[in-house]
Amino acid sequence: MARLFEYQGKEILSRAGFAIPEGKACTTPEEAESVASELGGEVVVKAQAWTTGRKAKGLLKFCKTPEAAKEAASELLGQVVTNFPVEIVLVESKLEIDRELFAAVIIDATAQQPMIVFSSLGGTGVEDIAKSHPEAISRKHIDIKVGLRDFEARELVRVTTLDRKFYNKAAAALVKLYKAARLSEARSIEINPLVITKDGKWVAADCHATVDDYSVFRHPELGIEIARELDHPITMLERIAYNVEKSDYRGTFYFFQMDQDIPENGKNTNGEDVIGFHGAGGGGSMMSMDGVGKHNFALANFCDTSGNPPASKVYRAAKIILAQPNIRGYFASGSGVASQEQFHSARGFVKAFREVGLQVPAVIRLGGNREEIAIEILRTYLADIGVPVEGYGKDDSAVFCADRLRKLVEEGPYNPKGPDPISNPDEPEDPYTFKTLTGSLTIDHAKCSDCESKPCVDSCHPNILEVKDGNVVLNISDEEAAKGRCTECLACEIACWTAANQAIKIDLPIDGLPEYLKEIKDSAPQEVS
Amino acid sequence: MSILVNENSRVCVQGITGREGLTRTRLMTEYGTSVVAGVTPGKGGQEVLDVPVYDTMFEAMDATKNDGGIDISVLFIPAPLVKSAALEAIEAGVKLLVIVPDRVPIWDVMEIADAAKSHEAAFLGPNTLGAVTVDQAVLGMMGGTAASAKDFFKPGKVGVTSRSGGITSSIAYYLSRAGIGLTTICHVGGDSIIGLPHPEIVKRFEDDPETEVIVLFGEIGTSQEEGVAELMVKKEVTKPIVAYIGGKGAKEGTRFSHAGTIIEGGKGTRDGKIRALKGAGAYIVEDFDDIPKVTSEVLASLESN
Repeated sequence: MARLFEYQGKEILSRAGFAIPEGKACTTPEEAESVASELGGEVVVKAQAWTTGRKAKGLLKFCKTPEAAKEAASELLGQVVTNFPVEIVLVESKLEIDRELFAAVIIDATAQQPMIVFSSLGGTGVEDIAKSHPEAISRKHIDIKVGLRDFEARELVRVTTLDRKFYNKAAAALVKLYKAARLSEARSIEINPLVITKDGKWVAADCHATVDDYSVFRHPELGIEIARELDHPITMLERIAYNVEKSDYRGTFYFFQMDQDIPENGKNTNGEDVIGFHGAGGGGSMMSMDGVGKHNFALANFCDTSGNPPASKVYRAAKIILAQPNIRGYFASGSGVASQEQFHSARGFVKAFREVGLQVPAVIRLGGNREEIAIEILRTYLADIGVPVEGYGKDDSAVFCADRLRKLVEEGPYNPKGPDPISNPDEPEDPYTFKTLTGSLTIDHAKCSDCESKPCVDSCHPNILEVKDGNVVLNISDEEAAKGRCTECLACEIACWTAANQAIKIDLPIDGLPEYLKEIKDSAPQEVS
Repeated sequence: MSILVNENSRVCVQGITGREGLTRTRLMTEYGTSVVAGVTPGKGGQEVLDVPVYDTMFEAMDATKNDGGIDISVLFIPAPLVKSAALEAIEAGVKLLVIVPDRVPIWDVMEIADAAKSHEAAFLGPNTLGAVTVDQAVLGMMGGTAASAKDFFKPGKVGVTSRSGGITSSIAYYLSRAGIGLTTICHVGGDSIIGLPHPEIVKRFEDDPETEVIVLFGEIGTSQEEGVAELMVKKEVTKPIVAYIGGKGAKEGTRFSHAGTIIEGGKGTRDGKIRALKGAGAYIVEDFDDIPKVTSEVLASLESN
């Protein structure tokens, strides 16, 4: 569930008609100053950070003048709160508070229903209030077909200790809160404190909200770039990976970094060897991850390609994993008995490892449907790269495979051959090109016409290639190929490279990765000659 | 006997003409599942793998009613359209849905759950590979192909319930390889709200006379494993449970692939789940590879009693 900042949560409330304080989110001290002067009077400058108890932590500052607001903003911006730097402050008019209450909508997964929670006492330490004053709190599951109706909301507040003169306003506020949650498809929205001002207004003084990652696609108004929960700010590499995931609907691709600062010797501060991790399937990845931990390895990243991903997706994932500098090995392992055909993944690994020029040993556990072919592909096409790559199947456990990687890491160093891609880097003389779903395929007909055997046609998984006038061409339209009929299985490229004239080149760009690699290279310590 | 599905269950595939729908219908029919209808709006009138295709669920129900109608519908539908397809199946009278797709919005799932409740229907998933009743029927895509499903899973007395699809088949394979046969293996789905979570499946295994031992794969996040422990404490479930909980290396506040696998506010931790299950009398397996060994010991102890 993507977490929202206070100001984003308040925007959701406001769209549903819930009153919020006057104010604006600011990214610079100067902006904070001008907003404060527009608002006039005393303001509060609030760091936008995922933490509770901001007042006690000094992350809220009350300011009587615009100059003070500017100063407060410059103090708050850039502070690191639970790993995240503060990039935004919310500048709001200070509320004249009469009393503080609490209201929330959450999803009760066990009941499979939304639930509304109200407390006539709110503010700091609401958890303790719940224990010491249970009579102040009431909860109710909501019938999703009809939503929260005003009479239900009135009954909800009636059974608390709230003064009856407030029942109608409280009910109206709760109906709006539920509407806000429903409209934004929130996982949770919590208003604490919900304030009654001295002039009798019901205002959301603070707001914590999370939204459903899976419905973000139909909520552009939320402005969520990356729907993902992480314990650190998103890294450049994670952003690159997320864009791959987002632009290719076939199968799952999930990547995040667990160690962004691997020392040059590849050992972390616990003395563990840091390795690149490539899982397949949520449970299989987790089980494999637990298995690796037994062998004094730590993971540079978590990654999961599953749900029948095309070879091109596995290829991109492998390249992204290998973009992490100083890893000591590469470990790929899924559940062990996958339903999807495993040879697609194997071809993805071959293309990536050869292109990048794998520098470290790799153990690839590809158990499941058609695993024999998958292991054979790894063995055949990665035999000459100068570092060992071992393929295993369903009868070899993740723990055994991790043990193999441990031995291979210790047997090094190796003499990696460096980049040796499976496609010819030369400019084609007579190019025949078509687009695929996420890249392009080029056949150099100058070379292709000399080829007797045309192994690419037989190897093509979706059967979309044919020989015409001595050259290989599509037997479907370019549009169909681009829409996904070419499944980017990479079989033709490998077949052409090993058994024919090296005429085929499949280009699968990864936005931002070349720039990222260049930046890493430039920032690496230079060797003294 | 078995749970969820057997060789007599009459199955429909929604989205039968799509890439996944077609491939997995082949798996299901070749394995022996009785697939009696397919539905794709706008593509009615044709046959796919000898299965008649209809435009709507109501039409499919009507066309098959003299032969016994439809018991189960398996959905291969893009996530944003799942809600509509699922509500259609429920209102047409289907009592068990298998919702394969990943990324179904959570408010859609709550609407499906609500409709299921009022029509006394149930649903497996979303985000499930499905279930297999060994040597009888496949629902979904477990096993990949009929040949591998037949090769991987052998019949016997153990039921498997798992929050991971790949792990469902891998546990089932490793048990079969060790000579321990299976009744039904079931992937409950990886999301935080699912129709038939572990406690529901475990209850069905309890009621199934052929299942003697239950193997459970849990993960961090949600309260499903705690729910199973509660059933054991209340003696609503008395059959032995062998459990493995993944996520030793996971950190709080970060989601590991499955939408359900996140520890929030200290709830849903691996330790908490293990403590609850152990306290309720489950056999906890620390090392994944030990699942067959522990299961066979438990089976042996049942026989000696």
